[in-house]
Amino acid sequence: MLWEIGVLAAVAVLLVFLGLPLLSLLLRVPPAELWARLLAPASLTALRLSLVTSLAATVAIAALGVPAAYLLATRRFPGKRVVEVLLELPMVLPPTVAGVGLLLAFGRAGLAGKALAALGLSIPFTTLAVVLAQVFVACPFFVSAATAGLREVEARYADAAATLRATPGYAFRRVLLPLALPSVLAGGAMSWARALGEFGATIMFAGNLPGRTQTLPLAVYIGFQTDLQSAVALAVILLILSFTVLLGLRLAHRPPRLPWVGRAPGDAR
Amino acid sequence: MRASRVARWLGVPVCLALVAAGRPARGPGAAAPSAPSRTLTVFAAASLSRAFSQLGDTLRHRTPGLEIAFNFAGSQQLVLQIQQGAAADVFASADLRWMAAVRDSGLVDGTPTVFAHNRLIVVTPAAAPIAGLQDLARPGVKLVLAADAVPVGRYARQALSNLSRLPGFGADFDRRVLANVVSNEEDVKAVVAKVQLGEADAGIVYVSDVGAEVAPHVKRIDVPDAANVVADYPVAVLRRARDPEDARAFVALLLSPSGQAVLRANGLVGTAGD
Repeated sequence: MLWEIGVLAAVAVLLVFLGLPLLSLLLRVPPAELWARLLAPASLTALRLSLVTSLAATVAIAALGVPAAYLLATRRFPGKRVVEVLLELPMVLPPTVAGVGLLLAFGRAGLAGKALAALGLSIPFTTLAVVLAQVFVACPFFVSAATAGLREVEARYADAAATLRATPGYAFRRVLLPLALPSVLAGGAMSWARALGEFGATIMFAGNLPGRTQTLPLAVYIGFQTDLQSAVALAVILLILSFTVLLGLRLAHRPPRLPWVGRAPGDAR
Repeated sequence: MRASRVARWLGVPVCLALVAAGRPARGPGAAAPSAPSRTLTVFAAASLSRAFSQLGDTLRHRTPGLEIAFNFAGSQQLVLQIQQGAAADVFASADLRWMAAVRDSGLVDGTPTVFAHNRLIVVTPAAAPIAGLQDLARPGVKLVLAADAVPVGRYARQALSNLSRLPGFGADFDRRVLANVVSNEEDVKAVVAKVQLGEADAGIVYVSDVGAEVAPHVKRIDVPDAANVVADYPVAVLRRARDPEDARAFVALLLSPSGQAVLRANGLVGTAGD
C-alpha cells in the first residue's frame, strides 16, 4: 500500500514540475494572438528553418547512426569502450562548449577548416553549420537508443537467418532492424527533438541571422530580449510542434508481433 | 577480497581529504569567522566586465565582510532578468535606453547617473582581411555585429548610418554594409571572440574591448569622430536592493577619482568634471 502511494506521489510531483512551466507558457498567450504571431514573416522563417534543419540532421544521424549501432550491438573489437564513450560524449558536453569545439575544428582558421577553406568551402555562418551543430549534439541520443534496441534482439534470430543463407546485410535489413524498430524510431524521435531545441552550439558555430541560421530557439532567445510576448508565442509554437510530432510517433508505431513468440522487444510488460 | 575492502575503507578518507584540499583558502583581508558576510549583486553590461571586476576587488578590500557577485551580459538581457524579479542591487547599462526601461518599470531607486563613456571601433583579425572602412561594404565580407537590441549593436548601426552621410562613403553605404552581416550576437564579447578567432572578417565593438589580451590578435580600424557614436553608461541602485548601503558605496566608488582612473585604464572614457 505504502509502495503504491509512494509511486503515485513521485509521478504526481514529476508531472506537476514538468507541467507547470509548460502550462504557464500556454496560458500567457491567447490562441488568437498566438495564431497571428505564428503567421508573422519572422516566425514563419524561423519555423521553416528549424523544421528543415532538424529533419536534415535527423536523416544524417539515422544514416550514420544505424550502421554504428549495428557495429556496437553485434561485434566486439579492441577499443570498443572508447568508441562508445566518444559517441556518448556530446550528451554531457555543454552545448556552448560543443559550439566552440566545432568552430575550432571546422571554422575558417580551424583544424580541418583550413583544408576546407582551401577548397573554397566555408562552414561557419551557414545553414549547413546549423545542421552540423544539431547532428553533433543529437546523435548520441539516437546511437544509444538504437544500440540498446539492436542488442535486445536475441542473437538466435540472426543465427536462424544465417542458417537460412541470409547475408549479414539481408539479415540486418529483414530481421534485426524490424525487430529493433521501436527503439530505433524512439531514438530518432529523441534526436529530432534534441536537434529542434538546439541553441548553444548553433549560436556559437552558425551564428544568428534570420533566414539563414536563426532557428526557433534562437528567435525565442533573442526575441525575449526585446519583445516578451512574441518570444513566448514562438516558445509555445515550438512546444506544440514538439508535442504533436512526439505524440504522433508514439501513436503511429505499433511494435511488430511475431507469430511464434509471446512478445517482441520494446513491448511494455 | 581483503584488498578490495581495504581499498574501500581507504577511499573514504582520501576523498574527504581531496575535497577539503580543493576548497579555496581564506585570503588576506577575509573577515573573521564571526563576522556575517554580505553579498552585493551587480548586474553590468558585458563591456564593463574587466573594469568592474577590478573595482569589485577594491571595494571588497575596503569593506570587510562584503562579497560582490557580478552578472555580466548584454544590457538587454539584464533588463529582462531585473524586470522578471532577479535579485540585483546595482544595474549598470551600456546605454540610456535600457536604463530608461528599468526606470519606467519603477525598479530604480533615485536617479541613474552616467559614470562613463565609450566609443566604437572596427576590428579585423590579425591577418587583416579588410584594410579600411570602405571594405566593410565589399560584397562577400563577413561582418559580425551585436543584435540591434544590444546597445553596441544599435550604436554600430547608428555609426554606419552616420558614415553614409560623410563624403566618400555613399548614401547607401550602411545598406551595403548591413547586407554583409552574417550574425547578430547577444553581447559585445561574442563579437570580439568571433573576430579574434578569425571566423569573421570584421566586427564593430567598443574601444575598451580591445584590451591587452585581445590586441595582439586583431587589427584596429578607427571610426572618424564625425561618424562615431558616444556610448553613455548609466548606473543606478535598484529599488529591490537587499543591500542599499553597499550598493550606494559601489556607485560612489564608480564616480570617485580612483574609480574613474580604473575605468580609464580599461579603455573607457570617464565623465568630465569628477
